[in-house]
Amino acid sequence: MTKHDIEVTRRGVLATGAATAAVLAVQAAYAQPIVPLASLPSAKVSLVVNGHNEDLTLDTRTTLLDALREHLHLTGTKKGCDHGQCGACTVMVNGRRINSCLTLAVMHQGDKVTTIEGLGTPEQLHPMQAAFIKHDGYQCGYCTPGQICSAVAVLAEIKADIPSHVTGDLLPHASFSADEVRERMSGNICRCGAYSNILDAITEVSGETA
Amino acid sequence: MKPFTYERATSASAAAAAAADNPGAKFIAGGTNLLDLMKLQIEAPSHLIDVNGLDLDKIEPTQDGGLRIGALVRNTDLAADKRVRKDYGLLSRALLAGASGQLRNKATTAGNLLQRTRCPYFYDTNQPCNKRQPGSGCSAIGGVTRQLAVIGSSDACIATNPSDMAVAMRALDAMVETIDPAGAARRIPVADFHRLPGDTPQVETALQPGELITAVTLPKPVGGKQIYHKVRDRASYAFALISVAAVVQPDGSGRVAVGGVAHKPWRVEAAEGEMPHGAKAVAEKLLAGAKPTDENAFKLPLVERTLAAVLAEARA
Repeated sequence: MTKHDIEVTRRGVLATGAATAAVLAVQAAYAQPIVPLASLPSAKVSLVVNGHNEDLTLDTRTTLLDALREHLHLTGTKKGCDHGQCGACTVMVNGRRINSCLTLAVMHQGDKVTTIEGLGTPEQLHPMQAAFIKHDGYQCGYCTPGQICSAVAVLAEIKADIPSHVTGDLLPHASFSADEVRERMSGNICRCGAYSNILDAITEVSGETA
Repeated sequence: MKPFTYERATSASAAAAAAADNPGAKFIAGGTNLLDLMKLQIEAPSHLIDVNGLDLDKIEPTQDGGLRIGALVRNTDLAADKRVRKDYGLLSRALLAGASGQLRNKATTAGNLLQRTRCPYFYDTNQPCNKRQPGSGCSAIGGVTRQLAVIGSSDACIATNPSDMAVAMRALDAMVETIDPAGAARRIPVADFHRLPGDTPQVETALQPGELITAVTLPKPVGGKQIYHKVRDRASYAFALISVAAVVQPDGSGRVAVGGVAHKPWRVEAAEGEMPHGAKAVAEKLLAGAKPTDENAFKLPLVERTLAAVLAEARA
């Protein structure tokens, strides 16, 4: 056996595992009537993703998250809980952050979607991406794309005068503070616990002292 | 998710008519609650009517000095509206106490009113639940009940309504506007909109099949100090153990509604006469007839103490 033969990638192992699971699933499915794929309801939708027009025909059940990852192969956006609790799937739609797992792709006809890939590139980082690197705002990195999309939106929301639960007086223009960032980022969970460094990164980009 | 067909509604009346024609249909707006439930197959509509394209996303003054909030106004936009912040601070505060920034950006006014309980037994499809499967029984009774109802419950269901927004709307005497499949409009006081569980916990609102919420109206501002105090297991992004929504006037009179204790926002107008006499007097009348379990009996003193804190803050 050559060295080459035993070099298996993690992705390869996962694919093999998935294929085995698929065989088992097919065997189990013989007990039930099989619905041909073509008969499942589908719909057309056109999205503008990171500035590119994308025309898709999708099973109506496809979430925006799955459309981005499985159909457009933009795998920067992550699937964590798939129930809107963790924030790993946060993207911006028409400039506003949402959980892409809790919305159907077909509900976004004509919408402009910005994912982590649209914010910056390794060669040309978005200032928030650069600040997360500088302040070590992650450990495993899985929640990071969602954290960064959310962080960019949080600063925009304060600028747009959207108050939060910790805003003392509702009438003046919303303003930046460490407490405001902690509250506004509560929809993004980081199980490595990089919260204090995430706060430092956001504070630097905001140009304020927390 | 079970497969479903999908259409984009072109008008409110057409959406209502389409829903009436198709018993398996559901409206979808923000989708933050419905899609969660569809993934768990707790909801399994065979057809979705997307109402997002309808012109129901404005906040406008009404003739009597109040506000009409379109059904599709997002929670973020309602909380941030200058008129709401100035005259209905209670509503802004309740909205901002709920969910996360991402969810509030998507969730709508009507959808928030229609969100379903977070009773863990409703979510666990392996267990009987009268709300999910009428007649199957209630696993919550005798189960883990810390989060569940202490008043207005029945032998069939002890679930709570999870909404913060609805508690504020109850205190503000909001009115729900709808259109039915025949195109007729009606107005339902929010007090009558949510139901107690009784023998039919699966019927949660006064809406008829196909009936679509078009707006929620607020009467003219009532002034006073408006305070929403939510008590929960963590400081952000959690459902209420209990919440108190209060409007307190300079003379000590006012209104109070409570969340997290019942199948609907809980308000007893007769208890409000006691407001100048303090939290204990109000809580006694507000929570008369409560039937807590050992696990959630703490909610009764918690309501009283939270109300005491709210009244003290109002006087400060």
